[in-house]
Amino acid sequence: MSVGFIELQHLNKRYGVGRKSGSVVALDDLCLSVPEGSLFGLLGPNGAGKTTTLRILCTLLSPDSGSVRVGGRDALADPRSVRSLLGYVAQEVAIDKILSGRELLQLQGDLYHLPRSRRDGRIDELIALLGMEAWIDRRCGGYSGGMRRRLDLAAGLLHCPQVLVLDEPTVGLDIESRSAIWTVLRQLRAAGTTVLLSSHYLEEVDALADRLAIIEAGRVIACGSPAALKDALGGDRVTLRVREFSDENEALQVQALLKGCQGVRQVVVNRAQGFSLNLVIEHDGVVEQLRRQLAEADLPVFALAQSRPSLDDVYLQATGRTLMDAELAVAGNRDAKAERKQSMR
Amino acid sequence: MTSANPPLTSSSNPTSALAEITQETLALTRRLFVQLARRPSTLVAGVLQPLIWLVLFGALFANAPAGLLPGGMSYGRFLGAGVIVFTAFSGALNAGLPVMFDREFGFLNRLLVAPLRSRSSIVLASVLYITTLSLVQSLAIMVTASLLGYGWPGAAGLLLVLVTLLLLVFAVTALSLGLAFALPGHIELIAVIFVANLPLLFASTALAPLSFMPPWLGWLAALNPLTFAIEPIRSAYAGDLSLAAVVLEAPYGNLTTATCLGLLAALAAGLFLAIRPLLDRKLS
Repeated sequence: MSVGFIELQHLNKRYGVGRKSGSVVALDDLCLSVPEGSLFGLLGPNGAGKTTTLRILCTLLSPDSGSVRVGGRDALADPRSVRSLLGYVAQEVAIDKILSGRELLQLQGDLYHLPRSRRDGRIDELIALLGMEAWIDRRCGGYSGGMRRRLDLAAGLLHCPQVLVLDEPTVGLDIESRSAIWTVLRQLRAAGTTVLLSSHYLEEVDALADRLAIIEAGRVIACGSPAALKDALGGDRVTLRVREFSDENEALQVQALLKGCQGVRQVVVNRAQGFSLNLVIEHDGVVEQLRRQLAEADLPVFALAQSRPSLDDVYLQATGRTLMDAELAVAGNRDAKAERKQSMR
Repeated sequence: MTSANPPLTSSSNPTSALAEITQETLALTRRLFVQLARRPSTLVAGVLQPLIWLVLFGALFANAPAGLLPGGMSYGRFLGAGVIVFTAFSGALNAGLPVMFDREFGFLNRLLVAPLRSRSSIVLASVLYITTLSLVQSLAIMVTASLLGYGWPGAAGLLLVLVTLLLLVFAVTALSLGLAFALPGHIELIAVIFVANLPLLFASTALAPLSFMPPWLGWLAALNPLTFAIEPIRSAYAGDLSLAAVVLEAPYGNLTTATCLGLLAALAAGLFLAIRPLLDRKLS
């Protein structure tokens, strides 16, 4: 495989080393290669290490070990030259409430050493691109989440970076802002910018990314294009409900019945969806066979839906659980105070 | 949509480093002043508080017997120098607050992902801002005090006053910036500022001369940097601008204006050197 524009090699990072409560592994030998000009998605549940990875890439955090290269430059040895290549849109948008959006962009332009005239011209371009005309001269304190995100995206794009890094750019956004951001990201990719975004929205990564990596517990567990990953799984997905509301016994009974069927690879009882059954089948013909089997056993069919594998199936295959389950599992583990400390300098 | 290549920034361009440092420092300083202009309460409170001190505290001892104070000056005139220094001191003590809020709200991270030529720009902007603010507040107090009849040091005296204040402000700013990076949050920083403020004022010669104090307090006041700033200013107000003039008869020996200024300069330099490793670590 060719060398990517962004090369993260064997990154390790632990938080809270030396703390009494013990340290937490954030990254565990993480390797990632992002090809130039691609729109790359970093998918994983909360707490998987996405933000840590992006913070290390943007030189905000040093890894315990490993290497970070962007465009052939070493981010650990020469962070300043890498910073000028990157635009970073952080997860928690830090804006100055007292400044207007335009003033914030002007400040940002000066921090990237744009000459005054180019700075102001570029700001006007971005205001038009992101539809910010109506409110850009109002103070940021009154902006909605979507306006803040767009402003922050503009700030990240101000110096025309070769790489745009976005940490969960559309979390909690209204549909209009979300689609505005998606449009801009697609335009950027078309113009040759390398875009790396993290997300825990499967649909977002599926819709936008031409390559993705799934991260779980600080490791990359699957990597490739969405289509290739889905194709590699093979087989179609069938969701089956014998009744609208089955009980567990009946579900297990049906599972046992269908497991033996020819062409059925896998039958899982999905507790989260009222004991529906999730099947992986070899080919279309198997569906008819399933109906026959159920009829012979005098079992009704309330619903039967067939679909191509989704990214969620890719995730399930790689981790043994759905993304939603993973989210729920880590939801209680987060320590807000420790996280604030990590992000503070 | 403009193409992403080539990038607008030019790390390879022969633009001088100095021009880039100037650009980033000025932009950061401008931000602090825009904040101040739109939220002037800090500025107003910073002038109002010492003014209230001057009027109320001055009135409290207005009827002190004549000849009680050294040189036979009135209490109001005595207090003036103390209040001017207190103004500059409390202004500079707040230097760390904007930095602390930037740390807490993540704005500092925005600065740290930018390819700043030198991260000293962040500190430099704070120093420029707080120095200007403190000096403006002190000048406002000086003008008001003179209108109230507390005297005016004259042009040369004013220069001496400003130099003295500048050295003190540098030292206190260094301390406050150090605290802003060492403490975990703004609650702790405000607590430290709150606790440090008044005791440092009382344990100085701002409100009473050394001769009024019990020996232990006299020692404290004679070691307090605020005293090193107050006494040269008091002397300047009294019309003695000589650097060799003895301005304080401390328990450990006499201090001249030159010694006081030297001590303040050494303190400022020492504190900046002391906080440097901390800043380097936090900003690297």
